[in-house]
Amino acid sequence: MTKRLDPNGGGSVIAGLFRNQIFIPFAALMLLAIFNLVADPSFFAITLNNNSAGYPVLSGQLITIIDNGSELAILAIGMTLVTASSRGQDISVGAAIAISGSVLLRVLCGTDTRPETMQAPIIVGFIVAAAASMAFGAFNGVLVAYFRIQPMVATLILFTAGRSIAAWINNNELPIVPGEEFKYFGGYIPGIPIPTPFIIAILCFILTWLMLKFTNIGLYSQSVGINEQTSRLNGLNPELIKLCTYVILGLCVAVTGLIKVSRLSTINYSVIAKDIEMDAILAVALGGNSLSGGKFNMAASILGAYVIQFLTTTLYKFDVQATALPAYKAVVVIALVVFSAPVVREKISRLAKKLRAPKTAENHA
Amino acid sequence: MREGSLLEMRGIYKSFPGVKALQNVDFTLREGEIHALMGENGAGKSTLIKVLTGVHVKDEGDIFIKGHDGAVQIRSPQEAQRVGISTVYQEISLCPNLSVAENIFIGRGKGAGVNWREMNKRSAELLDSLGIAVRPTQQLASCSIAVQQMIAIARAVDMECSVLILDEPTSSLDESEVAKLFKLMRQLKERGVGIIFVTHFLDQVYEVCDRITVLRDGQLVGEYEIENLPRVQLVSKMLGKELDDMADIKNDSAGYKDDGSTPVYEAENLCSTEGIKPFDFRIRKGEVNGFTGLLGSGRSECVRAIYGADTVTSGTVKMNGKPVKITKPKEAMKNGIAYLPEDRKRDGIVGDLSVRENIILALQVKTGFFKPFSRAKATEFADKYIKLLDIKTASVNTPIKSLSGGNQQKVILARWLLTDPKYLILDEPTRGIDVGTKVDIQKLVLKLASEGMSITFISSETDEMLRTCSRLLVMRDRKLVGELTGDQLTQNTIMETIAGGDRK
Amino acid sequence: MSTKAISGRRKGLLGNMTDTNLLTSITVAVFIVMYVCAVAFLQEGFLKPQTLFNLLNANAALIILSCGMTLVMITGGIDISVGGVTALVSMSCAVLLDKQGGDVIGAIFLAIGIGLAFGLVQGFLVAYLEIQPFIVTLAGMFFARGMTTIVNKDPFNVANEGFVGLKETRLIIPLLGSVNKKGNYVDAYVEIGVVVALLIVAILFVVLKWTKTGRNFYAVGGNRQSALMLGINVKRTTFMSYVICGLLAGIGGFVYFMHVGSGSPSHATGAEMNAIASSIIGGTMLTGGVGNIIGTLFGTMSLALIQTIVSSVGLDQAWWTGITIAAMLCIFLVVQSVIISRRKKKNNSSKESEVKESTNAADGKDK
Repeated sequence: MTKRLDPNGGGSVIAGLFRNQIFIPFAALMLLAIFNLVADPSFFAITLNNNSAGYPVLSGQLITIIDNGSELAILAIGMTLVTASSRGQDISVGAAIAISGSVLLRVLCGTDTRPETMQAPIIVGFIVAAAASMAFGAFNGVLVAYFRIQPMVATLILFTAGRSIAAWINNNELPIVPGEEFKYFGGYIPGIPIPTPFIIAILCFILTWLMLKFTNIGLYSQSVGINEQTSRLNGLNPELIKLCTYVILGLCVAVTGLIKVSRLSTINYSVIAKDIEMDAILAVALGGNSLSGGKFNMAASILGAYVIQFLTTTLYKFDVQATALPAYKAVVVIALVVFSAPVVREKISRLAKKLRAPKTAENHA
Repeated sequence: MREGSLLEMRGIYKSFPGVKALQNVDFTLREGEIHALMGENGAGKSTLIKVLTGVHVKDEGDIFIKGHDGAVQIRSPQEAQRVGISTVYQEISLCPNLSVAENIFIGRGKGAGVNWREMNKRSAELLDSLGIAVRPTQQLASCSIAVQQMIAIARAVDMECSVLILDEPTSSLDESEVAKLFKLMRQLKERGVGIIFVTHFLDQVYEVCDRITVLRDGQLVGEYEIENLPRVQLVSKMLGKELDDMADIKNDSAGYKDDGSTPVYEAENLCSTEGIKPFDFRIRKGEVNGFTGLLGSGRSECVRAIYGADTVTSGTVKMNGKPVKITKPKEAMKNGIAYLPEDRKRDGIVGDLSVRENIILALQVKTGFFKPFSRAKATEFADKYIKLLDIKTASVNTPIKSLSGGNQQKVILARWLLTDPKYLILDEPTRGIDVGTKVDIQKLVLKLASEGMSITFISSETDEMLRTCSRLLVMRDRKLVGELTGDQLTQNTIMETIAGGDRK
Repeated sequence: MSTKAISGRRKGLLGNMTDTNLLTSITVAVFIVMYVCAVAFLQEGFLKPQTLFNLLNANAALIILSCGMTLVMITGGIDISVGGVTALVSMSCAVLLDKQGGDVIGAIFLAIGIGLAFGLVQGFLVAYLEIQPFIVTLAGMFFARGMTTIVNKDPFNVANEGFVGLKETRLIIPLLGSVNKKGNYVDAYVEIGVVVALLIVAILFVVLKWTKTGRNFYAVGGNRQSALMLGINVKRTTFMSYVICGLLAGIGGFVYFMHVGSGSPSHATGAEMNAIASSIIGGTMLTGGVGNIIGTLFGTMSLALIQTIVSSVGLDQAWWTGITIAAMLCIFLVVQSVIISRRKKKNNSSKESEVKESTNAADGKDK
């Protein structure tokens, strides 16, 4: 549905930007920024303070955004690929994060829910958790690719069962990871004033960029998403490519799970990463990517994720209750999608033409 | 409105962003006539039809219909139906999940209820009267494409329309079905129905039509009585230039000779899941051969089996004398086989991707997952073939779906030529594209063969096959029934072999 | 025509059925088999008709929501706002009855009004502005959930007399009662909500089967482009499906409210997913064009039954419910996908013979 506007619209930079997909999240970001600037310029203040542990760290609303938005941005990477190749979305990521976090805690804490020391190195815990969530990703991928079930429906299975499975892994206990270093992933590494989640996110972006640059995953997943038959006749294996994108999303889920669990050192099965699947899908949509698959723009998706976090933070700042937040978000989202809908854009441009037409007629007269 | 005319379109304009699809086009349909609407791809035929059926709304101009005072406005397919215009499209526009009877009756008639018994009864009568052997209660998806097409026509017939539009209805029908369709068309003509017939097959136009209206580049060229417009002139009017006579293309190769050299490709007992009988096949360096036979005779299935596009169930394959395994398209590609599929839209193009990405796709897959081409390299490849094949596109970044059919086909051809194949399979490369491009493609085939490429060429038009192929393999009922070379390559022998000599 | 009859017989019973009928039959069969197994292997309780009625009592609202969901899914869309709307309706009605001093009639109108408003707006955005339904209704769900807490943050029970009277009303079903442990005869009963739900099922079944509007939903879901060419007003049909779904979400919300008798932001959590699951188990396909209201009824009941069975065999930890529903959904989806793809293959291979048949038949006629 990403119909390009007016192909003969001139070659100026502004027109180019307007036509670029990244325009949509960018415009949304600018709107939000201007709104905050007018409402309260202190929104943009960044200060260097000592935190509770005594290290100097950056703080301010913008830092909160890049901190909390990172999980979403990491998920958006996987979600974009899944959307492109399988023409649908994975709605089980929130539940999968719960599973991944639960596995991580199980490995780090062992059978004891309040261990004195960690029972395994963090890296081992992460690898096991990543393997688990990639396996669940593969489960979704197999249902979608080989059984040809629509992605939303296939992932509905894990969505329904995921949090139950997560609770089951730790026998519904809530283990607490001992030690400070586990908290680094969701907080700050001593001596570095930037929140670690953002650093992890940047690492993920670089890896993604390298992946898109040095492999054909981009071309293949788009091609499969647009025309599966053609892709197969050109030697691609559509099923395998779809499966791959789900496994990649599984890896993104594991990274997100690590950050989420690290923030608390424990887990709440029914609340952790709640509704994050909706935010991740919105990030993809806000990035101007068609939710029915095909062409994608990764940078736009990532920017979209931060825009959503920007919105969340802005709303919090205006004393909106956490539970009421979705209502406001919904209004903004609807406004955005209505504005970017091809039908609406066409109508607006037609209206603009009509308004301009009488003027030129007058000039001629 | 003039006496006797059913439909008049006057001064129709329609433009899309960047394209003026119709400019000042007039069209008149009289009572009881079959009127061919001709033009190359991109001439504006489809747009004119869509304006008439309410899919597109015209920018300017008037449409008059007999029995309606003044100009009528057609803003939707429903409104078109209401003023008596029925359409059968090339691509089946029925709902696969509904029953045959429902497909005939949905979206019509008064009242809010559905009387299933009545509907099924009337459908059965209608289908019987047209000789279409399906049960009304059958789900449409369980019918073959040809039958679905017939059902679409049955629907239009039953709607008692005064204007019937047939938009390339014959492209998925075989000869006997075409004959049945023509019979039906003549029946309707007797009843005073005006039929607008859009087709690419010149033979069919001269067989069944009374008048021809020719469009070119969105403008009206003229309206002609069929007797006053010989074929050559029609083609020249469509092309807008004096005919670069198609007869000029001659098969220069002195005919097929079995020189005993090792075949480039050789298969024995090849068979796939698509219901063809096992067949043997070989092709030598620089040879152009072809599979011929009626639609549905299994010619496409044969080449699909060669390429590994369908699941291969048996057979041994040798390339240059060495045994190889080809069960997947990728293995075929690795062995230097290229395949241009029959259904361009379904199997050929990747619609939203750019011309550049479409051109490099096959080579990219062949090169490997971890070795993507740089953008500059890809553009270089694309530019080379855009120039070589004279592909008309705004830029290499244009999505392929916005190109005309002929240019899309050239892009897919470019994709395969870029892989530098040893053996190229072209399944209906000229279907649904304009005459000019057809000639280009035939010339190209002969040129490539003279450079040493082996080519298998399939076409519904026997002329084309005779011009290009030095050996023809004839298919009948999913079985290879004959092989024609040298002097045998005439229309008559082909027809006889297709029909089967042993038939009484 | 003898050819036709022969070809019809040869294709067999399964081949004759439309996708919709086939999938519905599977669901009904599965429900019956599950119930029989439950009666045979589990407690006597399953023999009592009241067990079945309790399933209905507890799931009347879900049945209504699933009906709306099925309708939208038949046209090829999806509406994930229904759970949120249910919560918003419960909360709004609760506030109206308890804090604003409104009456039951007013509450019913409020419920229907809220549902319709959601349906109208979402339908407009999806049908006329061509925005993806998932996004639109996702926003709808967010909005409804958020609004629920804005209306009132904390859960509370409703004590309005008229309402409690309505809530406690039980319709006695004659002859199906049972004898309790003390030896007294206990009447079998259903709540009002069940009557509403079954009425809606009946109405929708008739609409979908015997009216043109109903068939249009199928046509639009089968192939939008074709439906347009066949002269169906695709936009209006799509719009209608969302409006009806919204309306049903409003009614379903009120039925839910009647059952629980309280307002809470956490009401009907995940109801949209249960509704989708019920529709799918009932044989509706998300790709559109295939589905049946009777199937949906049985789908919802199967979902409820499996939960009852799971808890009655002693797996009463909370997670087992989620896991069993998911497992059931998984099995149904895989079975559906296998059946459909096998049918497709069969159709393809029978293509050729059919073409020939039709030609032969025509030849016969010509002679």
